[in-house]
Amino acid sequence: MRFLLTFLILLLPFSAAADERVSAFALDNGLQVVVIEDRRAPVVVHMVWYRVGAADETSGESGLAHFLEHLMFKGTKTMAPGEFSQRVSAQGGSDNAFTAWDYTAYFQRVAADRLDMVMGMEADRMVNLTLAQGDVDTERNVVLEERATRVESDPGGLFSEQRQATMYLNHPYGRPIIGWRHEIEALSRDAALKFYKAHYAPDNAILVVAGDVTPDEVRELAQRHYGPIPAHGGIGGRVRPAEPPQIAERRVVMQDDRVGQPYLVRSYLAPSRQTGSQADPAALVVLAQLLGGAGPNSALSRALQFDSRLAVQTNAYYDPTGYDHSTLTLIVVPAPGITLAEAETALDAVLEDFLATGVNPGDFSTIMARIKAQQIYAQDSTMGVARRYGTALTSGLTVGDEIAWPEILQSVTPDQVMEAARKVLDRKQSTTGWLRKDIDQ
Amino acid sequence: MIARLFALFALVAMPVSAEVAVQEVTTDGGLTAWLVEAPEIPFVALEIRFRGGTSLDVPGKEGAVSLMAGLLEEGAGNLDALGFAAARDALAASYRFGARTDSLSVSARFLSENRDEAVDLLRLAMVDPSFSADAVERVRGQMLAGLRADAQDPSVLAGIAFARAGFGDHVYARPSDGTPESISALTVDDIRAAHRATMARDRAYIAAVGDISAADLAPILDKLLGDLPATGAPLPGPATVALDGQVIVETFPSPQSVILFGHEGLREDDPDFFPAFVVSEILGGGRFGTRLMTEVREKRGLTYGIGAGLSIMDHAALVTGQVQTANGTVKDTIDVIRAEWARIPEITPEELEAAKTYLTGAYPLRWDGNANIARALVGLQLSGYPRDYPSKRNTYIEAVTLEDANRAARRVFDPERLSFVVVGNPVGLGSP
Repeated sequence: MRFLLTFLILLLPFSAAADERVSAFALDNGLQVVVIEDRRAPVVVHMVWYRVGAADETSGESGLAHFLEHLMFKGTKTMAPGEFSQRVSAQGGSDNAFTAWDYTAYFQRVAADRLDMVMGMEADRMVNLTLAQGDVDTERNVVLEERATRVESDPGGLFSEQRQATMYLNHPYGRPIIGWRHEIEALSRDAALKFYKAHYAPDNAILVVAGDVTPDEVRELAQRHYGPIPAHGGIGGRVRPAEPPQIAERRVVMQDDRVGQPYLVRSYLAPSRQTGSQADPAALVVLAQLLGGAGPNSALSRALQFDSRLAVQTNAYYDPTGYDHSTLTLIVVPAPGITLAEAETALDAVLEDFLATGVNPGDFSTIMARIKAQQIYAQDSTMGVARRYGTALTSGLTVGDEIAWPEILQSVTPDQVMEAARKVLDRKQSTTGWLRKDIDQ
Repeated sequence: MIARLFALFALVAMPVSAEVAVQEVTTDGGLTAWLVEAPEIPFVALEIRFRGGTSLDVPGKEGAVSLMAGLLEEGAGNLDALGFAAARDALAASYRFGARTDSLSVSARFLSENRDEAVDLLRLAMVDPSFSADAVERVRGQMLAGLRADAQDPSVLAGIAFARAGFGDHVYARPSDGTPESISALTVDDIRAAHRATMARDRAYIAAVGDISAADLAPILDKLLGDLPATGAPLPGPATVALDGQVIVETFPSPQSVILFGHEGLREDDPDFFPAFVVSEILGGGRFGTRLMTEVREKRGLTYGIGAGLSIMDHAALVTGQVQTANGTVKDTIDVIRAEWARIPEITPEELEAAKTYLTGAYPLRWDGNANIARALVGLQLSGYPRDYPSKRNTYIEAVTLEDANRAARRVFDPERLSFVVVGNPVGLGSP
């Protein structure tokens, strides 16, 4: 099959920042390939990411992308159910998969010389999935148990699902990735196969290989295994129902007997990284750290945990990557005797003060040093680096965007942070959730 | 880092061994540490464990060691909590202090460019923590909030009930984060006493992986640990494992039940350890193809995940497992687990080979990432393994015969003693 190599087109040879050696190219059938060289251990991570996730499901079929992820282990024309994972573990490797709103990804971590084998199997199930009705029915129960474990057994899980649904009036980000229970119960074999045929194809996938490999090796293997799979050709853009502008703040007050410690969560709709336009999200990453993500170097922690003692814990979180949107989220866990209402008032006072006084220069330089160091520490995890590229490329970004990101992050200025803060910290574009056991909390 | 011997790996068939080039470093102050030099990324991962951990909590002072560990970064030397955090983050260093049942862990990462300053600051936290009244109240509040949340978490409740059932009056039976009552009553003196009892040179195990040489590491270690007490509090004695076929139900309002199960196991120095370890992988390794995963999840769809294995603590050795299932299927799940326990000594040659191939193949894959390797190396030291263990370990797995496996299976896995703790609202669980 070597002659097929002539069909390769080398799209973008990249040489990233000092220690991260990234190359990217594409096959004729549209499969995008990213290779990250890391020679520290004779290990390789092989991942296939599909540009399809829970937000691409049809309304009424929530959980289908995740259900299909489970079913992908149930066999192909030449592989028995469960055989995929057994073959990987027979080689000492591990494998798994994960689903999010914007992507579904499958990975194996194996000795570097087993790349050929796992690639062959992953290519096989890109097109040859077969599903026995009995396996589908059993797996549906597994997913229902997964939902019970992850969501229903934990009031925090249910609360998060309720808040997410409240944040989006129209966009499918409001739907739980695992699916609503009543819709999981109705997911069928036919629906799964239809979804599979509509979305699983080389021209809707990204191959990420990270570890002890060269781009040439990956190119040859990818061509051999994925090259012969025809492009789908008909997979259109991902146009999801758009969210209308939010003009009124929303609230979720949830009471559950199982709540041991009440807390409040405030989320603001925020932009996400878009190709060629990453400066605002970079400023929001710094903003989240300044507000609550950097412990005592953050405004919320200092005001509420150290000064007023109204809170025992505070945090802030912003994920810059998302195909359509993201959110900036603030969390306050009130001290005993402090009600959620009092905690919320205190939270708003801190935000108001932040908007009025601006960035604390000491915090800013500390946080920028931290961000820079995190980029160095992050290289310690090959899997983590591979995930970054997979997430970016399934979220509408390019390899070039991802390579540029660390520097964009490091060049954020206090003015950019304040501008982003003024845009995003608007209560009209927020959802506030209270989770409590009793009405007087 | 992994030695280049691994170039051979691509050419030969498995089994392979983990050729980790571990150096032993002895300091002028008499400390020893294991070091793997890995200059590829400009930082060092340093892992220190002090044997003892929360098992050294004095009766009535449960949670003191955990609270103490939570306070090490909350002010030290002339720095208050805010000052310490600012100094640490300006250096972009990261320190984590963890209180475990058998050890207190210090996990540090620091950049090559400011290594000396980062070490000085870590030393301050370890040797000269302030334990100011202000910080104590703040962290105590966080721990109490955590305990309030734990009190409503069925997995945590199951763990507490399992320890209580399994360890009788041994210190292991007590919750390592204490209780609201014990935490509320702790004084600054209790916390200082916990610091002296746990963080002492005679019980320190050290590994460093990253951009540092042996010559540079030794003086750093003397600086970090030299001013700690030479000896700490005596360690507790062995625990008697009291799991003898009980089924304990704790009612909790949840759609699912958390089930912990297990009984006494065996230690690493037992001649049957490796056979039993391979058997436990066949039974309960938390991956597809293992017996429990096949029977409980794949065939019956009763759970999202199930696993079981040997859990070895300093003063007790157990076989334990965990599963979550709907309240209505708790009885079915327990029946399947019991049946699998009874079926263990029927290991087939194919199962044994598959497990050995998996274990020997997976072992070298573990050794990646500086922080990961540092943790693994300290773990080996605490278990008493020699420095060349990573290169030998697969030969011990390879040596397990079918006869060994089935003998160990019969000896170690006992369906009569297999005990269950269920937290939830299980249906149909009468007296066993």
